[in-house]
Amino acid sequence: MLNENDLCIYYDIDSSPGIKAKGKFVSNSFAYLDDDSVIDQLLQFRSAGQMNATFSLPQMHCSSCIYLLENLHRINAGITKSQAHFERKEVFVSFNPTVISLRKMVELLAFIGYEPAISLNDAGPKQKNNFNHRKIAELGVAGFCFSNIMMLSFPEYFSGGEIEQQGLKETFSWIIFVLSLPVLFFGARSIFVAAGKGLRQGIVNIDAPIALAIIITFARSYYEIISGTGSGYLDSGTGIIFFMLIGRWFQHKTYDALSFDRQYKSYFPLGVTVLRDCKEENIPATTLQNGEIIVIRNEEMIPADARIIAGEAFIDYSFVSGEDAPVARKTGDLVFAGGKQKGGAIQLKLVKAPSQSYITQLWNNDIFSKTKNKEQSFIHPWSRYFTAILLSIALLAACYWAFTDASKILPVVTAVLIVACPCSLLLSATFTFGNMLRIFGKNKLYLKNASVIEALAKVQHIVFDKTGTITQTGQALVNFRGDALSAQEETWVRSAAMQSAHTLSTSLATYLHKDNFTTAAPLQHFKEVAGQGLVADIEGARVTLGAASFANAAATTAPKTSSRVHVNINENYKGFYEIGNHYRQGIHELARQLQQGPYQLHVLSGDNDAERQNLFKIFGTQTPLRFKVSPADKLSYIKALQQQKGGVLMAGDGLNDAGALMQADVGIAVSDDAARFSPACDAIMDGAALGKLAAFISYAKAGRQIVMASFALSILYNVVGLSFAVQAKLSPLVAAILMPASSISIVLLVSLLTSVLAKRKNL
Amino acid sequence: MSALFILIGISLMVAASFLAAFIWSVGNGQYDDDYTPSVRMLFDNEPKEAGSEKKS
Repeated sequence: MLNENDLCIYYDIDSSPGIKAKGKFVSNSFAYLDDDSVIDQLLQFRSAGQMNATFSLPQMHCSSCIYLLENLHRINAGITKSQAHFERKEVFVSFNPTVISLRKMVELLAFIGYEPAISLNDAGPKQKNNFNHRKIAELGVAGFCFSNIMMLSFPEYFSGGEIEQQGLKETFSWIIFVLSLPVLFFGARSIFVAAGKGLRQGIVNIDAPIALAIIITFARSYYEIISGTGSGYLDSGTGIIFFMLIGRWFQHKTYDALSFDRQYKSYFPLGVTVLRDCKEENIPATTLQNGEIIVIRNEEMIPADARIIAGEAFIDYSFVSGEDAPVARKTGDLVFAGGKQKGGAIQLKLVKAPSQSYITQLWNNDIFSKTKNKEQSFIHPWSRYFTAILLSIALLAACYWAFTDASKILPVVTAVLIVACPCSLLLSATFTFGNMLRIFGKNKLYLKNASVIEALAKVQHIVFDKTGTITQTGQALVNFRGDALSAQEETWVRSAAMQSAHTLSTSLATYLHKDNFTTAAPLQHFKEVAGQGLVADIEGARVTLGAASFANAAATTAPKTSSRVHVNINENYKGFYEIGNHYRQGIHELARQLQQGPYQLHVLSGDNDAERQNLFKIFGTQTPLRFKVSPADKLSYIKALQQQKGGVLMAGDGLNDAGALMQADVGIAVSDDAARFSPACDAIMDGAALGKLAAFISYAKAGRQIVMASFALSILYNVVGLSFAVQAKLSPLVAAILMPASSISIVLLVSLLTSVLAKRKNL
Repeated sequence: MSALFILIGISLMVAASFLAAFIWSVGNGQYDDDYTPSVRMLFDNEPKEAGSEKKS
């Protein structure tokens, strides 16, 4: 198809381009996009000749993708424009609906390998983010005004305050006056807003003393300029604001492609096939009614709690409960929303609407309705002491000058407040945490914001989910025990196992395929007994795989450490395959490192206790292990831990951990593909980085010390500045030297320290 | 002496126009995506015929 449209160059750009169109692409699966109400919800703009839409494409991964996606118009003439946004993994398409429909458009994207992720969440109003625009504009304006003010102040500093040219000094002062206005009213607005918010809640946060210092600096400078008595401290004042804005911008680095606030809506499909009057129809899931009959095909998700009325259901609940193996359900049984059907199509009759299903009720828990009540950063209480000390120094200086020279009281007090603003404390915190966010990101731990670092530093309890978090899904550890099988027998076993969709069978088939490349043998007869095993006749032999009783296994005394598949060939018991979970690399090492530290580990699993022995080997016998834990129990377990001292870290994946992740002080979603779906959390971690968790926590602790060290340095600067100020000798020149010197040296110090520490911790 | 004042005025006006251009570009969304354009400019936009001739 690419060749046809002269896009061969796609393969020249990158040596490893393109994931191919997914095999399971079903021609019918986007049929709901023909529905008019769905179309309206997905489009940003619609007219007779043009439609605009933005799709999220999780598969976008390299520069070739951008090339291909931006040349869609060569594949189909109906597409007028397509523009990719790589970091958000989105593509904006503008197309002519008379030539290519929305459904065709989506199918085209899916065909070339970028299946758009369309979920229930996409339906509904789109929020536009103008927040960043404002921040960049504030930064630009403050930077522009600050540098111009600095330039205009130079002549006076270099001439020692006396400029020969008549009127020039006054002109400069007034230009500075005008230039400082946008900084005060536009640039510093966010600081005033934050300070006001804190005061209204009765908290003195770090923004309050800074706002006070800014007001005093500007007020005194304006007074001096208007009265003609001096040139003021506007260069230092605007400089401080500029540096603080840089710090905030630096700290608020966001990961566009990641979403930290997912709702159940993000997981559920937008379209569902319903059966009405014996005809299949595609309708948007939002309009699903109680009592309706729906059709769920292989790999499709059940949108609401329902009863099976036809077909053999084989439901994989791993996403909801953490259970590894799919469960078989018969006609008349109840199935729950969030499960995935494996196998043929089934018909279900809904008993609840999607918004009232079991899994969505988890989101009705209080914890999801309130934003996390994060503890205030430790720099805020510090700034309170700082302010108290500062005010007492100002008071002492005022008392002293009252007895010696009363005319100097006001200049001295204002000078003290100007020079000793806790800006450097804020600067050191923002730059330290900003740089740490980047270093964490480089190591594939993506934090939601900087306050997560502080929460991470306080962690005492570490709770792991088993399935998908410490084990790797899709990779099982297989071992054979018993009489060795011949190559031919292995082929038989593999051929039989390939026929079944059970996880144990698929794990076994994949494992055997690795060292045995013979082609699968044809089956004469195949029968599967749900929950028991399977029987197959291959090349005249009868192969039985399954539970011990099913395969006539001899009784064994060895402790059961994992799931087993017993093998019986021609009524001869051969032995069993041990199929264990495949634990992530580095998990043994991690458990050892963490247990040496002051941490208490916990393991919660929604699965059965077959892995108990293996978990003991990894975590030792001291670690509490809980099995068959429901999503709600996980949440209450975390809540109970929080009654004790220290923070709780929860590492999990999947919907079943969503409540616990939300409740924990630090909820880390572990995912093998960070751009893929993950539940609401504070941080998203690439599965490969889990082994570094111990290093991450100790690095977060070190970050706090870095802030303290740089704070000590800033106090040194403050002492120097204050010694000038209390003697009534603080000239604008001294302030103009001290301010950038302290800011820049602090920024350099913390950047250097964070990078060096990261190296030492192998991050 | 007066030349200096005029020059200061002109330089400020030039600088202010750049600031205005910057604010306009921010509002226009030019800072929304700081990665894709750097890749986009590397793609050759050859005309269709030329492209097919070159392929071997």
